[in-house]
Amino acid sequence: MKNEWPLWEVFIRGQHGLAHRHFGSLHAPDAEMAIKNARDVYTRRNEGVSIWVVKASDIAASSPGDKEPLFEPSNSKIYRHPTFYDIPDEVGHM
Amino acid sequence: MYAQMVKSTGERVKALDEMGPEERAFQERVDADIKIEPKDWMPEGYRKTLVRQIGQHAHSEIVGQLPEGNWITRAPTLDRKAILIAKVQDEAGHGLYLYCAAETLGVSRDEMTEELLSGKAKYSSIFNYPTLTWADIGAIGWLVDGAAIMNQVPLQRCSYGPYSRAMIRICKEESFHQRQGYDIMMRLCEGTAEQKEMAQDALNRFWQPALMMFGPSDKDSVHSAQSMAWKIKQNSNDELRQKFVDQTAPQAEYLGLNVPDPDLKWNEEKQGYDFSEPDWNEFYEVLKGNGPCNKERMEARQKAWNEGAWFRDGLMANAKKKKARRMAAE
Repeated sequence: MKNEWPLWEVFIRGQHGLAHRHFGSLHAPDAEMAIKNARDVYTRRNEGVSIWVVKASDIAASSPGDKEPLFEPSNSKIYRHPTFYDIPDEVGHM
Repeated sequence: MYAQMVKSTGERVKALDEMGPEERAFQERVDADIKIEPKDWMPEGYRKTLVRQIGQHAHSEIVGQLPEGNWITRAPTLDRKAILIAKVQDEAGHGLYLYCAAETLGVSRDEMTEELLSGKAKYSSIFNYPTLTWADIGAIGWLVDGAAIMNQVPLQRCSYGPYSRAMIRICKEESFHQRQGYDIMMRLCEGTAEQKEMAQDALNRFWQPALMMFGPSDKDSVHSAQSMAWKIKQNSNDELRQKFVDQTAPQAEYLGLNVPDPDLKWNEEKQGYDFSEPDWNEFYEVLKGNGPCNKERMEARQKAWNEGAWFRDGLMANAKKKKARRMAAE
């Protein structure tokens, strides 16, 4: 049992014009088989038009402990949102 | 339920002020319905309970292919055969979604497979009953998948993100399973007297095992309180069982079949049916491994795993060889 197939993360483009979205993961010996398996596991009902697979071990991720230093600074920068600015009605749609 | 007897910590639920700061922050997130994700801090008991529950659930999907697979070669028409193959393939898919969810908790696929094959991990008692006639395929879709949906719909709101997302995908697909089962039952009940009798016989045999799917009665369910506090279980076993009976009894009536329970009666006051409890001794015996098909099911899984070893290893060896060749060429 030591010979476990590696884990792949599966990304699927649901429709033309949309970005690939993470769908799930699966085990496969190589990328070619991972795509074949992803087709059977994740697109049995016409869910996709394109598949990406990435070895799970090749993904670098931010750690939950870094959530505050990474994401909190943007909380106070409300001037980045259009609603921060009051534009008089007379100006019309902007 | 596909996970009927999940052992939790066995300890009473702690109050917030008895918890350390990490555990309290965790519990407050759960209480606020914020999903817990794989890398977040979690109590060891939460992790272990989830590994057991998701593992049992995944194993049930995989073993659940066997009773239905039994009828693929003997489905009455080509259409029915194609539909049954699609359903059994879905069950394999559901098992895979769930194994992946469990793997995010730090358990490997091979560890889980080993636990199933050694008998250490459980799967739902329902799959240890034989499928003797074609009507059993109808009864399984209608009753077994019906009971599974009853249990899985609330699990979509489970506190653990990967499990909740797997349940959302599964629930979307599961409704086809129940409807195809009921469709088989309808056809049989519109047919000859013999066909209707076959449908009645399947209901007779699957009614009690379906009720057992929700697990032991609340008064004997020792692990529920902690799982409910952690929101990896949302409703009690008896609540879900009642809901299932209330939904299913009128469906049986529509088919013109009799639910095999002389005590089944509408109770106006509680706005639900009264019904007899299933035979809990039988339930515990089946869980212990003494059901009609436990041995056969495990043997089939072991055979598939052992006889597939050369194939899994061969594909892996081929992948390594191709990779080495590619690297040498670069």
